[in-house]
Amino acid sequence: MTDATTAPSRSRDLDKLLLRPGNLVGPIFDPGTQLREDLKEYVRILVVGAGGLGCELLKDLALSGFTNLEVIDMDRIEVSNLNRQFLFRLEDVGKPKAEVAAKRVMQRVSGVNIVPHFCRIEDKEIEFYNDFSIIVLGLDSIEARSYINSVACSFLEYDSDDNPRDITMKPMVDGGTEGFKGHARVILPGRTPCFECTIWLFPPQVKFPLCTLAETPRNAAHCIEYAHLIKWNEVHGGKAFDPDEPEHMKWVYNEAVKRAELFGIQGVTYSLTQGVVKNIIPAIASTNAVISAACALETLKIASGCSKTLSNYLTYNGVEGLHIKVTEFVRDKDCLVCGPGVLIELDTSVTLQKFIDLLEEHPRLLLSKASVTHRGKNLYMQAPPVLEEMTRSNLSLPLFELMGKATKDIVHVTGIENKDDKKTSCLRKLRVVFKGIDGIMDMDMAGGA
Amino acid sequence: MAAEPKTKYDRQLRIWGEQGQTALEKASICLLNCGPTGSETLKNLVLGGVGSITVIDGSRVEVGDLGNNFMVDESSIGQSKAKCVCAFLQELNDAVKAKFIEENPEALIETNPAFFTQFTLVVATQLVEDSMIKLDRICREAGVMLIFARSYGLTGLVRISVKEHTVIESKPDHFLDDLRLNNPWTELKRFADTIDLNVTEPVAHKHTPYVIILVKMAEEWTKAHGGSLPSSRDEKKEFKELIKARMIAIDEDNYKEAIEASFKVFAPLGISSDLQKIINDNCSEVGSNSSDFWVMVAALKDFILNEGCGEAPLEGSIPDMTSSTELYVNLQKIYQAKAEADFLIVERRVREILKKIGRDPHSISKTMIKSFCKNSRKLKVCRYRLIEDEFNNPSIPDLQKYITNEEYSVAMGFYVLLRAVDRFAANYNSFPGQFDGEMDDDISRLKTTAVSLLNDLGCNGSTLTEDLISEMCRFGASELHAVAAFIGGIASQEVIKLITQQFVPMSGTLIFNGIDHKSQVLAL
Ligand SMILES: [Zn+2]
Repeated sequence: MTDATTAPSRSRDLDKLLLRPGNLVGPIFDPGTQLREDLKEYVRILVVGAGGLGCELLKDLALSGFTNLEVIDMDRIEVSNLNRQFLFRLEDVGKPKAEVAAKRVMQRVSGVNIVPHFCRIEDKEIEFYNDFSIIVLGLDSIEARSYINSVACSFLEYDSDDNPRDITMKPMVDGGTEGFKGHARVILPGRTPCFECTIWLFPPQVKFPLCTLAETPRNAAHCIEYAHLIKWNEVHGGKAFDPDEPEHMKWVYNEAVKRAELFGIQGVTYSLTQGVVKNIIPAIASTNAVISAACALETLKIASGCSKTLSNYLTYNGVEGLHIKVTEFVRDKDCLVCGPGVLIELDTSVTLQKFIDLLEEHPRLLLSKASVTHRGKNLYMQAPPVLEEMTRSNLSLPLFELMGKATKDIVHVTGIENKDDKKTSCLRKLRVVFKGIDGIMDMDMAGGA
Repeated sequence: MAAEPKTKYDRQLRIWGEQGQTALEKASICLLNCGPTGSETLKNLVLGGVGSITVIDGSRVEVGDLGNNFMVDESSIGQSKAKCVCAFLQELNDAVKAKFIEENPEALIETNPAFFTQFTLVVATQLVEDSMIKLDRICREAGVMLIFARSYGLTGLVRISVKEHTVIESKPDHFLDDLRLNNPWTELKRFADTIDLNVTEPVAHKHTPYVIILVKMAEEWTKAHGGSLPSSRDEKKEFKELIKARMIAIDEDNYKEAIEASFKVFAPLGISSDLQKIINDNCSEVGSNSSDFWVMVAALKDFILNEGCGEAPLEGSIPDMTSSTELYVNLQKIYQAKAEADFLIVERRVREILKKIGRDPHSISKTMIKSFCKNSRKLKVCRYRLIEDEFNNPSIPDLQKYITNEEYSVAMGFYVLLRAVDRFAANYNSFPGQFDGEMDDDISRLKTTAVSLLNDLGCNGSTLTEDLISEMCRFGASELHAVAAFIGGIASQEVIKLITQQFVPMSGTLIFNGIDHKSQVLAL
């Protein structure tokens, strides 16, 4: 037992996978102690979300050979988290999730460093996300997933033949759960479908029509939404409803009860009121554990190549028996997010202001309040005020000049997308081409028109 | 300071309710071996608030354990693993009674089988074949639920062993509503008669619920077609066209809903084949030893054959649909009244049967019978073979089917190899690839072992790929944290289903395939 590889080691079990050659492994797999050390030294992983999935992910990744982890979450700990978010205790209620989660895992797993970020994902500069080797998502919102996806995909560059350049690919591993069901997926931008390519997997939630709430309520949820969406404003005109304010919730509940009585409808309870108003998704420890474990395992495989990777979407359903299914979804060749970028043709005289106005009308973009960056340089920023002021003077300058007279290049814009009556923050990659610079370009355009 | 359980457990109460939670809080769980697989299983159960846990492990914490088990840390080295894991678990939820016993589970199975009878359920992790078989017999005899979980490199398994598990609240995601559109009872028909589909007032027209539209249209159709409902494709299409023709404006959501729901009119009458199987089960011939479930099944059977005229008791709820409040609420009342009437008949029959078999006629509560009636179309009965039976007499056709089916062949390969490594260990005192330096020998030995195992099972071994055998040796009995968390997560999920008697537990053996995630449940 004096052999270096059999001496007592923390990575006793992991070594079997990382040090030994294998037959069913990824193309980059290069087994050995160097691989193990490289994972520790060079691989940096961002966990987005420190909730039910995030807590599990941090633990799983810390015990999967990674030592450089960061976690971002804007939420504070609540009592109702304690049935599954096992890194939190009752005395932690009210504290930032990211900070407590990072601290707890570091306390138990020595050698692991976790940097917490207690803020919104949109608060970080885009470049922040480029620092990581892999981004792992433990989120419960479609909007947040969509945002991180657009950020990660924006780093992807294409060569002149429109083939993705692997070196610019930012892998993502995404998990999600609801009750006894969940999914885990691997997103290799440019190679496998991104979140937006398969957005149809997440149909938008159906809202009750206002006329049903106002005129023909039929069930308890209708009465609750009437109190929440209509009656509240009638009575409190102007004062915003705060779902975390117990007095507000009680008021809605009482109003819903009154309305239900008026219409002979049963089933309004306080718990249902909270569920409907806050759109609570039931969540349990076991499903989160399963999905996070699958995500952590895939992260290890992407980073090390120690086995094949999930290709590319796993669903887990434990409601009736146990069903685990892998589906190989395909990319949307016209995807706005992970494709080579929307092509925008401009005259060299177009100013930055004109360009921003154009984005708002562009049928594929419908992007308002745009901030524009070119090769990491801020051309115009809507916020914060300091940056806005600093970049305001650029608005009247031609974009061509601002882009260093490049005839074509990639520009990143962030802003608000207005699609289907819904506003979401997003990031888009645009391929800006200036017309009339060289003859060949003009001929191409003529041919395509 | 203690958290209000209602708030702490809010997110799970929305899944299994107060009843499920009470069942969890009454349960006492025993864990054998507290490596990461066992520890992670219990973690999920402790968070959910099980009554008590007893952790059994005879080993002491080594450095290697720190790399795969979150429940131990540097200060645990050299100490009892059961003690350290138990202490961490207790920290997660002070409402749980946590105990540990520093003893080797294998020894306990050998020397003190009576020990296991005190538990609701035993979670047995990382046991080898021989101990699994012995423990299975002990638990089966004592009526203790048992679940096996094992992580092994990038593979692993979860297997439930319970003689019989019956479920009333199976809570399926998608299930056809019980509307009886093609077979309305008198009160529903009478209610439909009071409503005129040809009402000209537009607001009334667009607020007639689709249930009424379909009942009336179906009646019209049968009158014109000698008493039969639309059955051919063309007839179904025609039926939908007839509904469409009744619309007086394009924005009539109720008519759109009626067209979409028209398949409910075409649904077959009577009970499903699954329910038929249950009422035909030998257990529905009840005696003094019958469980409450089977007593109620016996009553249900009588109901279906008599008052129900081939149908189960009405569920009594209707989905939301476009309607005026008044019509909707009245319709709801009609369904509820019929469900209540059906329930009263079943209740009477239950009480009669109880009396007949010499039990207190009131030993099954009204609430229980009501829930049984409401869920009678969704009842589930799960039975599990003894592990020993499965190991010695697996279903050969199923075995062959899995081996030759591309979707299943890797999982089947792992199933065989997971058993082969135990045979290997019994012969060579270590698992294949457990130590470096003997890989090549171990690969060929494991191959021989696996092939002879397949032969013993009456199967051809040529389908086991060299790649899979080498991978199994590479795994070298390692317990990777992520795999253990996955296996433990599934094991805890199944434990919850067994204890709450809600949802449907998995039916066979889950074989985890951590290579490409094409895991499968094998029924052998
Ligand atoms: Zn895409």
